[in-house]
Order: sequence, then structure tokens, then C-alpha cells
Amino acid sequence: MIRHLAILASVIVLTAVPAKAANASETITRFEAQAGQSSELVIASVTDLAFMRPLIAAFQRTNPGVSVSYIEDTSNSLDANVSRACADRSFLADLVISSSIAQQVRLVNGGCAREIGSPVLSNLPDWAQWRGELVGLTYEPAVMVYNKAAFSENGPPRSRFDLIDLMRQSGVLNGRIATYDIEDSGVGYLFAFQDSTEASTWGRLIEGFGRNNVATFCCSSEVIDRVADGRAHIGYNVLGSYALSRAENDPRIGVTLPNDYTLVLARAGYIPREARNALAARAFLELALSPQGRAILDGETRLLTPLSGPDTLARLSGDEETAFRPIPLSPALLVSLDRAKRARFLSQWRNSVTPPLP
Amino acid sequence: MTPSLPSAGRSRSIAWRLTLLLTLLLTIAAAGTVIAALSYGQTAATRAFDRLLTGAALQIAERISVVEGETVVDIPLSAFGLLSLASEDRIFYRIIGPDGETITGDESFPLPDDTGDAPLLYDTEFSGEAVRAIRMQRFLAERAVRGPITVIVAQTLRARSELANEIVARAVIGVIIAGGVTLALALLAMHLALSPLRRVERAILARDPKDLTPFSTSTPREVEALVAAINRFMARLDKRVGAMQDFVADAAHQMRTPITALRAQTELAMEEDDPDKLKTLQRRIRDRALGVSRLTDQLLSHALVTHRADSVTLEQIDLRRVAVEAEREARRTGGADGIELDLPADPVMVTGDAFSLREAARNLITNALAHGKPPVVLRVSTTRDGQALIAVHDRGVGMNPGQVQRIGQRFARDGSNPQSAGLGLAIVAEVAEFHQGSIETATGKDGGFEVGIVVPLAAALPATTSKGDAA
Repeated sequence: MIRHLAILASVIVLTAVPAKAANASETITRFEAQAGQSSELVIASVTDLAFMRPLIAAFQRTNPGVSVSYIEDTSNSLDANVSRACADRSFLADLVISSSIAQQVRLVNGGCAREIGSPVLSNLPDWAQWRGELVGLTYEPAVMVYNKAAFSENGPPRSRFDLIDLMRQSGVLNGRIATYDIEDSGVGYLFAFQDSTEASTWGRLIEGFGRNNVATFCCSSEVIDRVADGRAHIGYNVLGSYALSRAENDPRIGVTLPNDYTLVLARAGYIPREARNALAARAFLELALSPQGRAILDGETRLLTPLSGPDTLARLSGDEETAFRPIPLSPALLVSLDRAKRARFLSQWRNSVTPPLP
Repeated sequence: MTPSLPSAGRSRSIAWRLTLLLTLLLTIAAAGTVIAALSYGQTAATRAFDRLLTGAALQIAERISVVEGETVVDIPLSAFGLLSLASEDRIFYRIIGPDGETITGDESFPLPDDTGDAPLLYDTEFSGEAVRAIRMQRFLAERAVRGPITVIVAQTLRARSELANEIVARAVIGVIIAGGVTLALALLAMHLALSPLRRVERAILARDPKDLTPFSTSTPREVEALVAAINRFMARLDKRVGAMQDFVADAAHQMRTPITALRAQTELAMEEDDPDKLKTLQRRIRDRALGVSRLTDQLLSHALVTHRADSVTLEQIDLRRVAVEAEREARRTGGADGIELDLPADPVMVTGDAFSLREAARNLITNALAHGKPPVVLRVSTTRDGQALIAVHDRGVGMNPGQVQRIGQRFARDGSNPQSAGLGLAIVAEVAEFHQGSIETATGKDGGFEVGIVVPLAAALPATTSKGDAA
């Protein structure tokens, strides 16, 4: 059996051929069908392929006749492509998975999705699905990453209050804080926007960021890299899946789930109205939420699932009391995308974070 | 008229009819309630969710301000939170500045046709789905911005139809339960109400066919008439059966006596040698034979009349024609030479059976010839009180009051006349009764005697018919 799996794995590796597409930002990887091909499943996603690979492998084990094309793109580019396809009523993918859940909600609100119609949905908590069309697949907390060496004496901040206090101590963290560039990153913007609605700490946080010359980056991995090599001491609002899986292999970094509250994001997927292979897409979603899929997502990728997330996360974070605040998949997310609202929010961010020109 | 029994298959029981009617009525009532619930459910759901829309629009409108000469819309999260109460519905919004430029939201969202400034709820379609929208205006009167800001908030209808369906579903379940209970109670009530009928039915079925006594079962008022009619019918049947039995007994007795006498006289005649005595005996035998013949004739006639009274259809007849035929027949059977007819010029129409009336007239004639004195007159006329009369008049002394009293009784003859069977007037009486008339007797001023039947005149007929009859 193990031998069998090993062969299978090598086949996958051999047949997975990355190809640069016309669009500069996207990468298409094709996983050929295991047995005589009968259909093709096209997944468009912003999730790093490394995270999705085990899930695709599991999918092809149960559906050997289906080849999988995996289009990986940045969230803004993906959103633009998907929106255009929806407006033109043309086919882009059978399944769209993105961590930019506000955009996903906007697309579903715009009628781009179709009913998934799977009994699995009834197991999901209410916040992790909308209209039976958009479904949350993961359970990824917004965490603080810290450099263990930097906090060896007093221990890392456990909450936003700790962080605010640290930032007020002059010079300790100056230039040592890294976070998302919320103008560039969908996830970063979403976390920031949710922070602003969740608690009054937001104003003090961005004030502290500004005073300590926060460094902003496009992606979680860059933030984690900087924290790991010590250029930054702390990374704020980093996507937990990346942080947790990195922390397991990298002894230099530690992960804190802020115990005042921890935002949780469920990467959301929907089947576009124009999907060609909605059946396979549905099977893929069902697999992701099945016990087998849960085992994969809870495993080394640390993406977790809305079903198993709270328990697994509590186990990973030790015995700390943490209030998890999942961001509900609901049209309320549309507010964060409102042009006027976004412009105001970003200008407030810029005014606080960007140091005044000398 | 062929008597027909109601076939069991086609006659529906009252219970069956009531059940059908009750079910029909309840179904109509239930359908009405469901239709009402449908409309109510829709209205209720629309109102409830229209309030959400209005609330959200108000919240957004409140957050419109002018900052540094520019209109700023800060969509409040709470507005969308409010709309998210309809958790499955898509939300659209559009905010338009005084210059008609969309400040934010879906630029293509349709505006209502009506261009007033009052808040307006309207139905439209957007991105492939029916939506309910509200248009609300807020007037800005700042130095930099003056004019109306239009806020449009819209929502798809999923939650509305869910709520409406739920209301309707509950109403339908309620109606079905209430209808079922009502029907069950109504059927129970009907069962109880109809139980007296079943009692009557059982009493009839349980009855010995020979038992003709009236029912004594207590009956509800609705079938009292029916039971009374049955009782009346049985009384009549009882009477008739009784009369028949009497008649048969009487007839047997009446026949036996003259036949015995006839036989005795015949035997006497066979042994008699004296020609004079033999002559006398022969005459007596002949008289007896005539008597028996007449008796037989009358018995049959009586039986026939009785039978016709039960079975014959009555028709319009002219009494004058009856009189003429009776006279002709009497003449044919002999001994009726001196009969005069006294007929009016106009037809005397009655509703009756020509044969029976003719028999009655013939018997009256026979009676008059046998007991009265000629000339015998057969008279037809109309009486002053609008009745028809057919009577026989003779010059004899007529009947004494005792005989008049006994008219109608069978075999009421006086012993003096061996030829009389005593059935003649009984037949007449029967015919009179059968025609809803009566026997009238009168003693004329000139000493004559008249006996006849008075029957009601028929309602006036078209002239042609009466002419035809008269001809």
C-alpha cells in the first residue's frame, strides 16, 4: 500500500508540469488524470500550490479520471480575471478559491456563483457559508509572529495590549515591526478592516505602527522571513497557516494567537456560474470538508477547516484562553470593499503609518 | 305507470350526500383560507423585510456628509449587518450625488420610474435576480454641495419568500388540522342526527310482511310525514285486504246459496211428473239461473270496478257519452226498452274512468228497471254547485230511508226479489267513491225517485276537445 502510494506520488510529481501562462502573474500547473482522462477540473486560486498539492493528490486518488489544472494567481489579479469572466459570462475555472473573502462575497453577491447543492454544507457553521454558494474551506487565524531571540527575556506579547505597550516603550521596536501592506494585500486589508471594527485598539495600534516606523510587505512569507532572520522582531496579523507551518520547521520564530481576540479567516471557494465541470468542483469541495480532507488540511499545511479549526488551534496554541472571531462570509464584508469606504480607510492608514516627510 | 323501485346503486343516502356537501364546503373554506394566508404571508414578509431595507437606507443616508467640499459617504457596517438579517440574500446599493453621478455602489442599478423625493419601495431586477429596492433621498444644503443625494438599497427576495412560505405552510397545516377535526365532528354530529332514520329503517325491515298495524316508533319531525304516509297507506291496504276477504267470503256464500237452490229445484223437476208443477219448477229454475247469472255478472263487474279503481289512469270524459253507451248496452242486454235519455246541450266533462262510470250507470238502470216503474229516465246534468250528475229517474216509490242508509253495502237486497244480487248499488257507491263523488238520492215532486252519482266537474278544457267529445 505504502509502495503504491509512493509510486502514485512520483507519478504526480512527474506529471505536474508548471507552465507560465500569458498573464504574467499567473502560473498554471496541470495534474494529468491517473486513468484514462474523462474530464478536467480547473481550479483558480491564490493559495500557494504547495498547500493545495496534498488535497489535489487525494482528489485524484478518488477521481482518477479527472485531470486537474491549477491556476495560481495573486488575489487582485485573480479577482480582476474572475470578475471579467463573470461579466462576459465566459469560462475561467470550475472552482475559485481565494483568501480575499470580501472579494469572493462580492462576486457571489454579483451572481457569479452557482448553488453548490451538497449535503456537506449543512455540517458547516453558519459563518462559514453563504447562500449555499460560497463555502469556507479553511480556518486560518491572524497571528503575531515573533523572533524568539528578541523576546528571550520578557517573553513575546500575548495580546494587542502587550504590543501597544511595547510600542510605547521608546525605541524597543522601532523599525522592528512588520505587517502586511494593506493597500497591496487583500488579506492584509481585510484583517486591518476587521480589526478596526472589532475593537478600539485599532487606533492605538496604527498610531504605534506609525511611531515605530512599521515595515509593510506584500505577503506573509516576506514578513515571516524578516522575523526569522531578525530584521524584524515581530510580525503583526500574519496568516496563521503560513506562520504555524513555518514555525514548526524554523526554531527561530514563535507564533502568538492574540488572546484579546484572534481573527479567523476561512479561505472561501465557490463554483462559478459558467463552470464546465461543476460536478468535479463539488466533489473537490466535499473532499476538502470530508474527514479525509480535514486530516490533510489539519496536517502539515495547517490550513485547518471550519469544522476542526477551533479544536486543533486550541491544541496548537497551548492552553491559552483565546477568543476566536471568525470573519463571517456575509454581505457585510461588502462594506469593506465600498470605494468611498476603502479610500477613507486607506487614507487613515497612510496618515498614521507613513512617517511624515521630513 | 309502471311501478319502479328506486335502484340501490343510484339512490344516494342522506349521509352520503351530507358527507359530500360537508367535504365540499370544508374544502372551499380551506381553499379560501389558504388563499388568504398566501396573500397575508406575502404581505407580512414584504412588510417585515421592507422595514429592514428602510432601516439600512436611513442609516446610510445619515452617514452622508460634506467634507472639504466633497460629498462623503461612509457606509456603516450596521446597515449591512441589518440587511444580513436576511442572511441568504444578496445586497446591492447605489448612492447618487446631486449631479447624477454615482458616488459609490453599483452604477448600473436601476432607478424607479417615479421621480418623487419621498422614500419609495419598488420591485425591479438586477444581476439576473428579482430584487426589492428602496430609494431614499437626503437633501444636502452645504455651501459646496446643494441638492438631493439619492440612496438606493436593494435586496434579493429569498428570505422574503422563505418567510412567506413558512407563514403559508403553517396556515395550511392549521387549516388541514382544523378542517379534519371539523369534518370528523360534523360526521359524528350527522351520524347522531340520522340515527332516528336508521331506527325507522330497522323497524320497517324487522316487520312481519303480514303485519299492517301502524308504526309506533318515535320519529323526528322531518320524517313524521313519511311515517304517517306509510301508516296511512298500510291502513288503506289493511282495509282493502279486509274488504277483499269479506267480499270473497260473501261472494262464496252468495254463490253457494242460489246454486244449491238451483240444484235442489232441478232435482225436484227431474222427479216431477205433473206437467203443471213441472212448468212452475222450470220457471223457478229459470229465475234462479237468471239470478245466478246476474250475480256472477255483478260480482265480476264489482271486482273489475274495484280493480280499476286501483290501477286505471283517469282521463277526461264526457258524461253524456257515458250515458249514451250505458243506455245502448242496457238495451242490448235486454229488458230496457223504455229508457229515455235526458242530456244537456253542452258536454259535461269529468275526470274519471269511462268503463267504471258506464258500469255504474248500467247498474242504476238495471236497478230502476227491477225495482222502479217506467218510464225510466237516464239524466246527465250539472248541479248548481259545479258538480256533474248522472242519475236514473223512475216513477216508482223508490227506496225507504232504511234502504237509502244501506246503499253501498254489498248484498243488501231485500229477500223479496230473487233476481237481485244486492251488488248493483254497491258497485255504484264504489264508482262514486273512486271518483271522489257520492251517491245522491231524491224523491221527485211528482212522486218519482231518482238515484245517481255526483262527481266533481273537470277543469275547463280547450273548446276543440269538448266539441270533439260532443260530436
